[in-house]
Amino acid sequence: MAETPILSVQGLKTYYLQDEGVVRAVDGASFDLYPGRTLGIVGESGCGKSVSARSILQIVERPGRIEAGRILLQREGAADTVDLARLDPKGREMRAIRGAEIALVFQEPMTSLSAYYTVGNQIGEVIRLHKGFDKKAARSRAIELLAKVGIPRPERRVDEYPFQLSGGLRQRVMIAMALAAEPRILIADEPTTALDVTTQAQILDLLRKLQRERGLAIILITHDMGVIAEMADDVVVMYLGRAVERGSVDEIFHAPKHPYTRALLRSIPSILAKPRDKLATISGSIPHPYDRPTGCPFHPRCGDFMPGICDTAAPEMRPAGARREVSCFLYEHTQ
Amino acid sequence: MIAYTVRRLLLALVTIWAISVLSFVIIQLPPGDFVDAYISHLSASGSVVSAEEAQSLRKLYGLDRPIYVQYAKWMSRVSEGDFGESMEWMRPVTEVIGDRLWLTMVVSIAAIILTYAIAFPIGIYSAVRQYSVGDYLFTLFGFVGIAVPNFLLALILMYFSFKYLDANIGGLFSADYALAPWSLDKVWDLLRHLPLPAFVLAVGGTAQLIRIMRANLLDELRKPYVVTARAKGLAETRVIMKYPVRAALNPFASSAAYLFPQIVSGGIIVALVLSLPTVGPLLLTSLVAQDMFLAGTIVLMLGVMTVIGTFISDLILMWVDPRIRFQVEG
Amino acid sequence: MNAVLAWLAPWRSSAAAPSAEERIAFATQFQLTWWRFRKHRVAVWSGLIVILFYIAAIFADTIAYTDPQATDSRRSYIPPQAIHLFDEEGSLRPWVHGLKGRRDLKTFKIVYTVDPDSKLYLRFFAEGYPYHLFGLIPTTTHLFGVANGKAEDGLYLLGTDLLGRDLWSRLAVATRISLSIGLAGVSVSLFLGVLLGGLSGLYGGAVDTLIQRLIEIIRSIPTIPLWMGLAAALPNTWSTAQIYFAITVIISFIGWTDLARVVRGQFMSLRGEDFVIAAELAGASRLRIIFRHMLPSFLSHVIAATSLALPAMIISETSLSFLGLGLRPPAISWGVLLQDAQNIQTLGIAPWLLIAAIPVIVIILAFNFLGDGLRDAADPYG
Repeated sequence: MAETPILSVQGLKTYYLQDEGVVRAVDGASFDLYPGRTLGIVGESGCGKSVSARSILQIVERPGRIEAGRILLQREGAADTVDLARLDPKGREMRAIRGAEIALVFQEPMTSLSAYYTVGNQIGEVIRLHKGFDKKAARSRAIELLAKVGIPRPERRVDEYPFQLSGGLRQRVMIAMALAAEPRILIADEPTTALDVTTQAQILDLLRKLQRERGLAIILITHDMGVIAEMADDVVVMYLGRAVERGSVDEIFHAPKHPYTRALLRSIPSILAKPRDKLATISGSIPHPYDRPTGCPFHPRCGDFMPGICDTAAPEMRPAGARREVSCFLYEHTQ
Repeated sequence: MIAYTVRRLLLALVTIWAISVLSFVIIQLPPGDFVDAYISHLSASGSVVSAEEAQSLRKLYGLDRPIYVQYAKWMSRVSEGDFGESMEWMRPVTEVIGDRLWLTMVVSIAAIILTYAIAFPIGIYSAVRQYSVGDYLFTLFGFVGIAVPNFLLALILMYFSFKYLDANIGGLFSADYALAPWSLDKVWDLLRHLPLPAFVLAVGGTAQLIRIMRANLLDELRKPYVVTARAKGLAETRVIMKYPVRAALNPFASSAAYLFPQIVSGGIIVALVLSLPTVGPLLLTSLVAQDMFLAGTIVLMLGVMTVIGTFISDLILMWVDPRIRFQVEG
Repeated sequence: MNAVLAWLAPWRSSAAAPSAEERIAFATQFQLTWWRFRKHRVAVWSGLIVILFYIAAIFADTIAYTDPQATDSRRSYIPPQAIHLFDEEGSLRPWVHGLKGRRDLKTFKIVYTVDPDSKLYLRFFAEGYPYHLFGLIPTTTHLFGVANGKAEDGLYLLGTDLLGRDLWSRLAVATRISLSIGLAGVSVSLFLGVLLGGLSGLYGGAVDTLIQRLIEIIRSIPTIPLWMGLAAALPNTWSTAQIYFAITVIISFIGWTDLARVVRGQFMSLRGEDFVIAAELAGASRLRIIFRHMLPSFLSHVIAATSLALPAMIISETSLSFLGLGLRPPAISWGVLLQDAQNIQTLGIAPWLLIAAIPVIVIILAFNFLGDGLRDAADPYG
């Protein structure tokens, strides 16, 4: 537990500067990722999970921009860390990190692969780029990778186009592609959302297996508390671009502190619930991005709303135990 | 893949058939049959045709038979390469047309190549650098290209070169080569004259294609596979050229299939303004003189050539899009 | 979508006062389209230009000041005149120089040249040649003319052609014919397009396949040679009205394919929409579904497509007439006017004949911008 994080994101702010106003997609997110562990980032859609992931790789699309914060990567064999937020997004150094040290797997295996190139071409490209293999070597490496991620008859699949594969196979191809240059960090952005339940379980198993074999550090982004419970070692809960609570998976599930985390946990359907019981929901909906509430962004939907406090100032992230933090006035006053 | 090719081929054949019927209709449209026209034409030049001769001529062409028999007879003669006589020129139609058909195709193909050559890079530039000064300039050019019909553009260019350069920019050959037999020098002379008519014909299509390319590429640039490609660590130029441009090529290629008929069409009028030795001016004079076999043949040949051109561009499209090759819908 | 949004509205806003969001949620399709269209400055201006052009077309004879058919061989190729806005006293009183006839001593012909000493003052609502307003009301009042005199004496704002006919007046009348033939052509196209596209989209299957193949065939035929053939076959004996009608039919024959594709596409996509299925399940008749539920949703798309089809119609007519195969003199259209400018020698002598190209280009641009704006606005939620 005394390990140093392989990736440490501190106070990340990514804004979209548009004519209509500034959208604060990520507005102060901090988390650490440790080697061989899985960090789950959880939150409703639009809370800035995906933008955080893209910010790490500096592939946020215009007009989005990283405004503040540090993204410290512990490079292999190096004593110092490198701050990714300071690298030129189009520069050689950043490109050498993308795919080679940090790889990305997306939600939509359908549209995340190009329909115009074979699977082998798209995987081989990464191997040739980062490993300097020639075409032939890259192809046989691609076949090995396809076998590794559990694709049957890889030597045939390698020459097929993504639209000839099922959704589950496509997601396996995405994972094979992400692992092609043997990265140490894998960011999986809703990797199972578009898949059916059985395939979901298979993909999660695959991720766990690969993690064991290679000591991968995984950032798992999802809105599904079930997936978090199954996969994550550490959890960050995000709301409207801010991290509101951090802790180990046990702490988050057994002793949630932030009202939002508690609300999220309540809204998981349980098989123990009585028939015809109403499923708990979080009241209200996510505010419009141009129209952020003042004070704590969660206060209009919060059950523990304290007038005069929550709607005037935004709470800070405060330590609430070892490697545990929460940002809520409920805990600031009791301290 | 074979099914697709066969379907396209069948469609092309049906189109050719439709064009042949329309050409036949054009031949038949003027009042009276063509023997009447032939006789009146001969009598205008002083020869007299007897009633028996007229009758035997009618029999020869089957004019006394029902219309579909006449069509069948015409088609069977056409398939043997006999397109009839031009009344205006008193020579076989094929002889009158001569090189003109090939020159028409040379000009049209040059225009198509030019269209692609201009539209492709500009379309990419305008999408990747959306709302830049260059993008606005090219958009403006696009609107001018769409708004100025090509024959007007030809007219305006003619006028300005006449007025300020004192040069006649019409024609496809210099005076020395116009009637000379084919030689390397003549081909070179043709190549020197080709850019201007090709450009005039290309402007409209280029404007359309730039808009299509720009719009498609803007759509494609937002798709997740572009982010995937970036996340792989590829350089930005490579990301764009390999993935979204490749995808945007597809609608680009399929709209290009409709460009060919448009360019052939437009070429007819432009040829008239720029006095090009193509079938355009010949078609007009034959129509005005009601020289219907000549006119019908030109319409038929242009149509068939266009269909062949379109068929070829369909095959190119198939080669471009793996989804068609593998028969996957959507 | 509209219905769904309206249904969601009470949940979406908690405030009692109607918010902007609520206004959008309860707006009709037409209102939404209009609001979005208004944001396209260029499209709105283009719409105004189109309206102006059509007003000019309706009042063509009023805008003309000389009989567009009146020839005078002595006044051939008079160049355009400059309008002077102020007279010597500096007051706003527009005038032009008059013309002076002089006998050429070599050819013994009378030629007219600008007379720098004479001044013709212009005035609004002047008397001129007699005509029927809207084809009904006989009148001699024109929008403007020469004060105390006849316009024929020396008003040639845009110059004259070979036969000495006034280009301004001819252009005014040509605008009417060219614009109306475009409108007539697009109406026929629209009818064919909505009918065949609708059948195609509604029934699908074999009907759809058949119509789609037909469209593909028509689109791969080079149109101009075909029109030329058909137009040339129109008998010389036909009256201007008959030719006008025939040309309309010929040009609309090709134009319907694009409209049919739009209509079919809309039908296809709407057929699967929740609100159409809901109406079907509720037992609404097919006609009711089409007219009450589907038509309002795709009407704006059809209007946009029509606006984009109009320039093609106008270009078609202009091209055919330019070739001498469309409308024939004495009918006047933009194409007929441009036919005079076909020859480079003529252009060298009378370059102002090319002025007839300007309204063609302006109206095509205006229709394109308008159509683009409408198309964008037609997708209010897009």
